[in-house]
Amino acid sequence: MFRHTKKAVAGLFAAAAVMFAAVPAMAAVDPETAYVFNTFSFLFNGALVMWMAAGFAMLESGLVRSKNTATICLKNIALYSIAGIMFYLVGYSLMYTDVSGYIGSFALFYNPSDAELTLLGAEEATSEMVDAVVGGRYSVASDWFFQMVFVATAASIVSGTLAERIKLWPFLIFVIVLTAIIYPIQGSWTWGGGWLAEMGFSDFAGSTIVHSVGGWAAVTGALILGARKGKYGPDGRVNPMPGANLPLATLGTFILWLGWFGFNGGSQLALGSALDATAMAIVFTNTNLAAAGGVVAAMLMTQIMYKKVDLTMALNGALAGLVSITAGPDLTNHFMSIIIGGIGGILVVIAIPLLDKLKIDDVVGAISVHLVAGIWGTLAVGIFGAGMLGVQIIGIVSIAAFVIITSSIVWLVLKYTMGIRVSEEDEDIGLDMVELGLEAYPEFGRGSQRS
Amino acid sequence: MKLVMAVIKPFKLDEVREALTELGVQGLTATEVKGYGRQKGQTEIYRGAEYAVSFLPKVKVEVVVDDAQTDSVVEIIAKAANTGRIGDGKIFVVDVQSAMRIRTGETGAEAL
Repeated sequence: MFRHTKKAVAGLFAAAAVMFAAVPAMAAVDPETAYVFNTFSFLFNGALVMWMAAGFAMLESGLVRSKNTATICLKNIALYSIAGIMFYLVGYSLMYTDVSGYIGSFALFYNPSDAELTLLGAEEATSEMVDAVVGGRYSVASDWFFQMVFVATAASIVSGTLAERIKLWPFLIFVIVLTAIIYPIQGSWTWGGGWLAEMGFSDFAGSTIVHSVGGWAAVTGALILGARKGKYGPDGRVNPMPGANLPLATLGTFILWLGWFGFNGGSQLALGSALDATAMAIVFTNTNLAAAGGVVAAMLMTQIMYKKVDLTMALNGALAGLVSITAGPDLTNHFMSIIIGGIGGILVVIAIPLLDKLKIDDVVGAISVHLVAGIWGTLAVGIFGAGMLGVQIIGIVSIAAFVIITSSIVWLVLKYTMGIRVSEEDEDIGLDMVELGLEAYPEFGRGSQRS
Repeated sequence: MKLVMAVIKPFKLDEVREALTELGVQGLTATEVKGYGRQKGQTEIYRGAEYAVSFLPKVKVEVVVDDAQTDSVVEIIAKAANTGRIGDGKIFVVDVQSAMRIRTGETGAEAL
């Protein structure tokens, strides 16, 4: 009888505790449910960002000439794969594990946590095992997956700028260094909890940390690689080399737009509460509005400047709008997103011919879209959002300096060892035949199989 | 036998083909070409830089006919391909040394 009484009293206490706990607990989701939703958010949004790799591949395929199309496709799928492998091998730990101000840790392979392995491997899962896993708030692999697709995005920015004249393997070696070392170290300064985070630098989804990083690597590469043969003539003449397939470029842009919902939305880093769900919805909305603003602004600009609307600039405008809002897509006043994205669209239309004036040959406009709009988006957080403008500038400049220096070193080492540029004759023939021995469109245009 | 070679605007090909069929011409060859005459082409702007579109797409139609038919064929093509606007094209007539139908081996006028 005593045993039952003890149990009854214990039961009463437990019920009371639950009831008291239930009052504030109504504001919190059960931890395991929160864990599931957080993990789901990383996986689903991460998959959307992975899809952006297809977007980049199509956009770049559409804007290069057909004799270089297969090569750009190969570069895109190769760099996505390499980024994933390097980030697993060393990158994630360098960015997120025990970050001491400036750098994480060198640790080979990133695998599930001990708590997770225990839960997965147990004959019978106990509630302690579940609690140990749930205490991490989300699955270790889901966070790795979500962060991995971001470094892959940064790497793919570089391939567009340097298309049509760079050698395949040196480019991929650069990607190895970018994704294993350069990106993770600068990423650790903010997202890994390092010195920039402590200063209050605010970059929600990576206008600087992802897009400008890719942009700077592209700029240094473009300067060290040089422009395409025949692109720039005497007396400042610029010779256009129109892209082979504008529908593909358009498709690529739409794919990137869709993927960006995952890119920005997933950066809420949680979905396990009403607050997070609400915030994520706001982020999706702002992301869309900024892209729309970028398109309209770019269209109006080209109409005014050139008397005709340039589709490729309108596409770049959408992307510039997306990059611009990426640092601060959590604005509660949606109207500002249209403005921020619109300004991004205006900047990109100005930047593209400006780069040509400086003889920096950017085949797809990646520098204008990712670097210029990336800087603008980061500053915008200090102007319209909750960031501090001075700190934003410090972040922009310090990451710029780091990436410019490290990427330049890698490009120069590659240039003076294996060489990074194909020969003039090979550039004329086209990389597809020379590097791949393939034609992208063998039965069409000037293809060898055209009947 | 004469080879009548006409460079025409691409969208005129069907009209020319129909007109020739009505005349009794039983075969022709069409090729996609690009070219310019006094219609120089135009300047467009791609991503802020001017580029000259010097060559315009055209279609080259070739028919080999009897000497007697040559004038009417030239006249028919000219009428069908005409728009009155710059860039309508040109027609040339060239002597043909011989002709053969591959399937049967017929030669000369029988091959046409």
